[in-house]
Amino acid sequence: MSAAPATVAVEPPLALLAELTHRCPLRCPYCSNPLALERASAELDTATWQRVLREAAALGVLQVHFSGGEPLVRRDLASLVGHAAEAGLYGNLITSGIGLDADRITALAAAGLEHVQLSLQDSDPDQGDRVAGLAGAQAHKRRAADLVRKAGLPLTVNTVVHRQNLERLGAIVALALTLGADRLEIAHVQYYGWALRNRRALLPSRAQLDRATAFVEAERARLKGVLAIDYVVPDYYARRPKACMGGWGRRFLNVTPAGKVLPCHAAETLPGLRFPNVLEASLAWIWQADPAFERFRGTAWMPEPCRSCERREIDWGGCRCQAFALTGDAARTDPACALAPDHGLLALARGEAAEAARDFFYRGFTVAPAAPAGEPGG
Amino acid sequence: MSAARSRVAGGTVLRFAPHARFRFDAVRQAWVVLAPERLLLPDEQAVAVLRLVDGARDADAIVDALSREYEAPPAAIAADVLPMLQDLVDKKVLVDSGGPGI
Repeated sequence: MSAAPATVAVEPPLALLAELTHRCPLRCPYCSNPLALERASAELDTATWQRVLREAAALGVLQVHFSGGEPLVRRDLASLVGHAAEAGLYGNLITSGIGLDADRITALAAAGLEHVQLSLQDSDPDQGDRVAGLAGAQAHKRRAADLVRKAGLPLTVNTVVHRQNLERLGAIVALALTLGADRLEIAHVQYYGWALRNRRALLPSRAQLDRATAFVEAERARLKGVLAIDYVVPDYYARRPKACMGGWGRRFLNVTPAGKVLPCHAAETLPGLRFPNVLEASLAWIWQADPAFERFRGTAWMPEPCRSCERREIDWGGCRCQAFALTGDAARTDPACALAPDHGLLALARGEAAEAARDFFYRGFTVAPAAPAGEPGG
Repeated sequence: MSAARSRVAGGTVLRFAPHARFRFDAVRQAWVVLAPERLLLPDEQAVAVLRLVDGARDADAIVDALSREYEAPPAAIAADVLPMLQDLVDKKVLVDSGGPGI
C-alpha cells in the first residue's frame, strides 16, 4: 500500500466507556482519571446518560463499561444499567467494590448487568489499603467479590501492578482464585496523568518486569480454563508500541462525567484539541465528523517512520497521549517504538526507576503538588 | 469459577455461558459474541459452528452437521472445530452443559 486515503471510512465503534462520575472513595496514585477532576455539580443527569446509551447502541456500540471514579456513587446506576440492557448493550461494571451491598447487586443484576470488574490493589491488605488511600478498603473488596458471585455474575479481578506490588504477584493470583474470579487482569501501570506524576514510585525495574512476565506465562498455562489471565505489559520496556485503543477514533469512545466525548480516557491531556460534548451534538455526528476524532484517525496524520511502516495499520502509530507526555508533541511517533526518534526518552525514565521512590502523590480534587523532578515537560 | 478445565471431546455437549451473548448485530449486519472482557466478531465458518451450539447437540453431532453442509470429511471438520470449541471453553464463552461424555 502506498499513500493513505484522504478520507477514512469510519467503522462503528465497539465499546463505550461511560465515566459516570469522578467521585471515588479511593485515591489510587495511578488513577486513569485526569488531574483536574469533575465535581458532582458538573455531572450529566440521568436523562442525558439514557440518551447517550440509546445513541451509542444505534451507532453500533456493543459493550458499555460503567466506570468512574466509582460508578456506585451514582444512585441512578441500576436505572442506567437497565436502560443499556434494553438498548441491547452488554453492560460491564468497573468498580472498587466500595458501596456495593446485597440490595445494590441484586438491583444491578435484575437490571441486566452482565459482568463485574473489581479492582484489587494488592494481595496484602495493608499495602492494598495504602495504595487505595482508604483504611479497610481491602475488606470491602472481599465482601464485594462474594456479593458478585452470589448474584451469579461473572467476576474479573483487575490488579494494576508496579514496583511496589509485583513481588506479590503469586499471592495476587491466589487471592483472585479464592475470591472466585473467572478472570484476572494484570495490568502494568500506564504512565499518564496521576501515574506519570508517580512514575518514580511505580515504574518497575527490567528484572522485576521479566520475572513477572515469565511468572504470568507459567500461571496462564497452569490455570488454563480455570482462571483466564489477561496481561497488559508496560510500554516503557516495549520495542513496539501498543495499538492504543485499537487506533484513534476507530473502536472506542469515552464519555466523561460532564459529557465530553473522547477517543480515549487520557485524551484531554492533549493540547490544541477541542473535544465535543454530548450536550451539543449527537454521538453519531461526533463519531463520524468531529475534527478531534478525525485528527489522528487512520494513517494520513502519521510522521515517518510510521507513515511508511508495514505495521502502521497494526499499531496505528501507538499512543498519542504517551507521545505528548514524553515529547511534548502529540503527533510524533510513540517513543515506545524502538524505531521512534525519541525512543531514548524511555531509557531516561527507566534510569529514574533505579533510584526508587516510595511515597505517592494521591489522587484528589485538589491538584497534587508539583511533579517530581525528572518528569518530562508538557 | 470452575475448579478444573473442561476438555472438549466428541461427546461433550456445549452451550453458551450464562453471560455470553451470541447475537446478530443489525448495525454491522453480522453475528457477534459478547462476553466478559471479550468481544468476538466470528467469521462465516465460526458462525456456522456457533449456530449449532444449542446445549443439546454434542461436538460429534456438530461436526456431522457441518460435514453434511460443506460436503467435507468429518475428520477434516473435526480438526478445525474441536480446537475452536476448546478455545471458546477456555475463554469461558462456552461451557460444558453436563451432557454425556464428560
